[in-house]
Amino acid sequence: MGIECLVLGAGQEVGKSCVVVSMGGKRIMFDCGMHMGYLDNRRFPDFSLISKTGDFDSALTCVVITHFHLDHVGALPYFTEVCGYHGPIYMTYPTKALAPLMLEDYRKVMVDRRGEEEQFTYDHIMECLKKVTPLDLKQTVQVDKDLEIRAYYAGHVLGAAMIYAKVGESTIVYTGDYNMTPDRHLGAAHIDRLQLDLLITESTYATTIRDSKYAREREFLRAIHKCVAGGGKVLIPTFALGRAQELCILLDDYWERMNLKVPIYFSAGLTIQANMYYKMLIGWTSQKIKETSSVRNTFDFKHVCPFDRSLINAPGPCVLFATPGMISGGFSLEVFKQWAPSELNLVTLPGYCVAGTIGHKLMSGKPTRIDLDKDTYVDVRCQIHQLSFSPHTDSKGIMDLVEYLSPKHVILVHGEKPKMAMLKERIQSELGIQCYYPANNEKLLISTTQNVKIDVTKKFIRSCSSAMLSNVKNSLLSISDSGSKDNEIIKLAREDTTAEGILLMEKTKTAKLIHGNELLHTLGVKEHQVRFAFCCPVEVTRMEPLSDEANTTLCHVNSIMKVYVPRCLVTEDRLTTANNTLLDILLSELETRTECKNIQIASDSLQLHTFHVRVCSTEHCSYRKKENGVGESVVYFCCSWSPCDDRLRCLCVVLELFKIRNEY
Amino acid sequence: MKLTCLSQGNGYYCPPTHILQLCGFRLLLECPIDLSSLAVFSPIPSAGAANLDASSGLLRALPWLKTVPGLHLWDPSLIDAVLVSSPSAMLGLPFLTRNAKFCGKIYATEVVARIGQLLMEDLLSMHAEFLQFYGADVKPASPEWMKWVELEKLSPVLKQVVLGEDGEELGAWMPLYSAADIKECMQKIQPLKYGEETCFNGSIIMKAYSSGLDIGSCNWTINSPKISITYLSSSLFMPACWKGFDYHSLLGNDLVLFSDLSSLSSTASTCAETREIRNNNMIVENDPSLCSASALSKDEIPHQLFGTDETSDEIEKISFICSCIIDSLEGGGSVLIPISRLGTVLLLLEQISESLESFNLKVPIFMISPTAEETLAFVNTVPEWLSKQRQQKLFSGEALFNHVELKKVNRLHVFPSIYSSELLMMWQEPCIIFSPHWSLRLGPVVPLLRRWHADPKSLLILEQGVNVEVALLPFRPVAIKVLQSSFLSGIMMHKVEPLLEILHPKLVLYPEDLRIQYPLKENSSWSYLYYSENVQLRVPSFVEDVKACLETNLAFQLRPRRLTQQNIAIARLKGRIFLSKGKYFLAASRIPMEFSNKQLLYWGSIEPTCLLLALQDRGLVGTIHWNKDAANGVYTIQITNPEKAVIETSATMTTISCEDENTATLIYEALGTVCDGI
Ligand SMILES: [Zn+2]
Ligand SMILES: [Zn+2]
Repeated sequence: MGIECLVLGAGQEVGKSCVVVSMGGKRIMFDCGMHMGYLDNRRFPDFSLISKTGDFDSALTCVVITHFHLDHVGALPYFTEVCGYHGPIYMTYPTKALAPLMLEDYRKVMVDRRGEEEQFTYDHIMECLKKVTPLDLKQTVQVDKDLEIRAYYAGHVLGAAMIYAKVGESTIVYTGDYNMTPDRHLGAAHIDRLQLDLLITESTYATTIRDSKYAREREFLRAIHKCVAGGGKVLIPTFALGRAQELCILLDDYWERMNLKVPIYFSAGLTIQANMYYKMLIGWTSQKIKETSSVRNTFDFKHVCPFDRSLINAPGPCVLFATPGMISGGFSLEVFKQWAPSELNLVTLPGYCVAGTIGHKLMSGKPTRIDLDKDTYVDVRCQIHQLSFSPHTDSKGIMDLVEYLSPKHVILVHGEKPKMAMLKERIQSELGIQCYYPANNEKLLISTTQNVKIDVTKKFIRSCSSAMLSNVKNSLLSISDSGSKDNEIIKLAREDTTAEGILLMEKTKTAKLIHGNELLHTLGVKEHQVRFAFCCPVEVTRMEPLSDEANTTLCHVNSIMKVYVPRCLVTEDRLTTANNTLLDILLSELETRTECKNIQIASDSLQLHTFHVRVCSTEHCSYRKKENGVGESVVYFCCSWSPCDDRLRCLCVVLELFKIRNEY
Repeated sequence: MKLTCLSQGNGYYCPPTHILQLCGFRLLLECPIDLSSLAVFSPIPSAGAANLDASSGLLRALPWLKTVPGLHLWDPSLIDAVLVSSPSAMLGLPFLTRNAKFCGKIYATEVVARIGQLLMEDLLSMHAEFLQFYGADVKPASPEWMKWVELEKLSPVLKQVVLGEDGEELGAWMPLYSAADIKECMQKIQPLKYGEETCFNGSIIMKAYSSGLDIGSCNWTINSPKISITYLSSSLFMPACWKGFDYHSLLGNDLVLFSDLSSLSSTASTCAETREIRNNNMIVENDPSLCSASALSKDEIPHQLFGTDETSDEIEKISFICSCIIDSLEGGGSVLIPISRLGTVLLLLEQISESLESFNLKVPIFMISPTAEETLAFVNTVPEWLSKQRQQKLFSGEALFNHVELKKVNRLHVFPSIYSSELLMMWQEPCIIFSPHWSLRLGPVVPLLRRWHADPKSLLILEQGVNVEVALLPFRPVAIKVLQSSFLSGIMMHKVEPLLEILHPKLVLYPEDLRIQYPLKENSSWSYLYYSENVQLRVPSFVEDVKACLETNLAFQLRPRRLTQQNIAIARLKGRIFLSKGKYFLAASRIPMEFSNKQLLYWGSIEPTCLLLALQDRGLVGTIHWNKDAANGVYTIQITNPEKAVIETSATMTTISCEDENTATLIYEALGTVCDGI
């Protein structure tokens, strides 16, 4: 049994996330993203590795998309409409609602601006999304009889989810992108403490540790305020969804507080329309926004209005949100070309830009000139502000999550190779968890251990809880109905109890755990008792009394008792020759000399656990040691005990050492 | 497991209440209040029209509320958890949670919790008018109206409402909770999604699944290690625009607790009394001939349950109501719709506005309640809880309900109170008014009914189950038209058995009263137990063994031993057992367990020659001596070398006698190889 993990994308890189996990005969594709940095066939995952024949429907059980970012959903319409996957697809409600906007925006940029041959059409997007089954958080969804999946809140962007999947006893979580700290509009990632064989986590910021978010937000607002106060224009290239809404909440709120009148624009109707979705999906935002939105919805921005192309060169300051992010083309590039040459203006960039985009070029060093292609270039004199807050978790967050979930194995994806290597080392050394970071198209096999399903008899369960009851006193009972027979459940749920029983394994049946007392009945057999026996001689003589405690010696110590044996043993009682009296004497001697307080006296014997002593009345007891010259004042005590109490064998030795003073 | 039905409830607003004892825990199923009890109080007298109430014979006092009779007899500290299936089922919760002894957990779906909270706040703020008028109770423990002298003055109908059929329910009356009580109550609720797994005390797993009754309403699966239960509350198979009955997730549980008593209350409701004012009272009956094919997706509900088409019935009903409304409006009369069922209100609102549109009537629609604004805003943010068709609106970027648009174009006006000045400025008759019903005693319905009760042109729309005569007592003479419509509020009786067939339980707990009214067919595949109010029903356990998980670490420690005769291997197991998420686990102990190799339990008999050989293998030399007096297999083996020892064996017992401990151990070992044991 094992989990096979095929990394088709985001292996030692960021972009085209796609991991195919096989377990228990099921095969799940997590994310189906595209790489923004490539224009050739490297932009999509190599689907041929899933199925040589292209029969994806039988090769995959389902596809699950974590969030609407293109590096996670960008290749989905291509996969379903062009490659022909028709099986089930799952994503959260917001992702299903918002992914088409992202895909269509990107498609337009590619086709309209770059004049490229399109990989999929608008209809493809719509057809593809129609097949999607929406997921709600925490809901357990039965994909088929054996596979269940569940989405957990991941922060990051609206509707982002971590996905838990379970087949039989094998369990994994694929995190997608996540954020362990809340931002302006989203809460922090939240997941149950699950028992996991494997955790596949993003590692964008594998080595970064971030400080307070508020300081970084202030820095951003100050930069923008300074720019517009100086009459400059601010370009905020973003994707239509996610960052745009977060920054908008931030700015709208700041404008309100500072009473600013400078216009904030949204390019095209796209992002305005996106806000409509955000309003309906407010249940997926942070607790704070949910609470404040019962009166006025946070996504009804007061200071934001749509942008018209004619305003590009209009005089006066403004703030403009333009798509796409990272200035990878489209309208944001068009505006960038116009505004970049002026030192009054400001361009903000996200914390992470994919290699190959203009955003990436602007961030690497301080270029004064950007070549667009071999003929055109842009002079860059404007200021560049890099947003240092990111919707991704930092390394502390990753470590926290890994420690919290404590899976048996960790796979890192969605990061940069050298940083992943460092994080892997930390996870292995600090948390002692096996960690890997496979490259694209690498296959990893993770072995898992399987728990065995067994049946347990009710009697066994009851015996466990009564064992516990004797340990823990009665305190636990008070809250429950003492008349109920089901109390054991209350107790077993609270703490671990020692369980002791017998496991019965029959060829074709489920193994069954029974209580020891049930075994003979279950097998239909009769017990065969086995006992040890020994007949000990004890000398009965007349002796002088000795009261000196110092005269005793510690003769025998083991786990259950200490035995003190007197050099001379005396009893003061008036004695008779009756056997029972002898037992009485023996009892009191044993008690005073052995620290054993729970010796029972039965009709004709003394009993300690299974150890029985009685006065031997058989003349030639077969268990009797051949006596060598013992006087006539010897009384035989016949001892017998069960093998489980063999440690009580020493009592025979003790008895032989006794010399009982007896008066005839 | 035991079930005690505390109350069979009273229609949609007061669902049945049970106490389920499971695994030593007590679960309270639903915690409603009997809203109809509000009707015994007189509304606040309007200035100058005091005589109107004088004749009604109603109590003139600060209204109290009647909780589930019998619940107050249970010690709150003994209730471990509460399950709430619909918004009205939580109206009684603050009475429980404000008791310091209550420390249980409360479970409800997110939507039920939110709508329920809004309902409570609505009730509270409307009740505040009374508080202002009467002042707080002078004697908070026993107000004047509770005295026998006062109660004796009530009419028999009202007296029965106050005291119950057996005259024992006075203890169920409570003074209304405060805002702080509501807040405290909400904090104790754990909100759930449909299908979200929640684990109570590690041992009981509960999940809520859509029941279709209203937005967010649910049925439950309750799983303990020993039994799996489907708790079936009132359900609708195919509601108009919210998630329908999720039968699929309820399949295959051992037991069904059938708690949909909607059929009981819909027929038991006092038809005879409503007929009294029949001349101006139209009753919409369920006409089975109305059923027609539906275009809605049938794949969600199996054919057996589809039968007569509820959805088209409901659509038919609503369009009839709309036509009555249009008639009234065209005749110059206003329409008052005091209904608190959210789904129904939304549906009516959409249908009515469409009708107005098609008749080109420019009549304003008012929605008046302190929480109306928030409620409408809230329902536009819950796409996950709506029907597939309705979710399509989200995916195409439209608002989920058309009230968003209606408000924008000023066709719908939402006000917290009838006394708001903006409302007065906008006031125009005829108009349509939605407002909460609260048994027609609290809130905007009171002044509006005082205004229109004698106007034969106006129309009042009530739900079935409301005692119209009692409800309208303070508003006599009644000339206003009353339309009483029975919105479907549960499973129709003829679908119960097909549903059970699909759910395929082993046992069904079924209300005795329902069985009397609608006899069940004999059934071989499951059995019934019948429950009645306030009778504890013991449910025999029918699971022999319990499922458990043996963890690998412990499995590796096992040393199985194959038995001689049968195809069985056995192994001693020693570890720790614990319960997690309703499942038993057996794992290796944290401290390594000492595993003795010695066998402790033997069975069968011992073949002497085999034993002798086994002894020889261990270097022990001996001889067999048959015991002369006992013929049946009693013999002795005398060992002479290296130490002396005696082994005595019969069919059922062996005794080893040997002074030397090592030799004894060797003999015991040899024995273990020739005798079955563990
Ligand atoms: Zn992302
Ligand atoms: Zn990503």
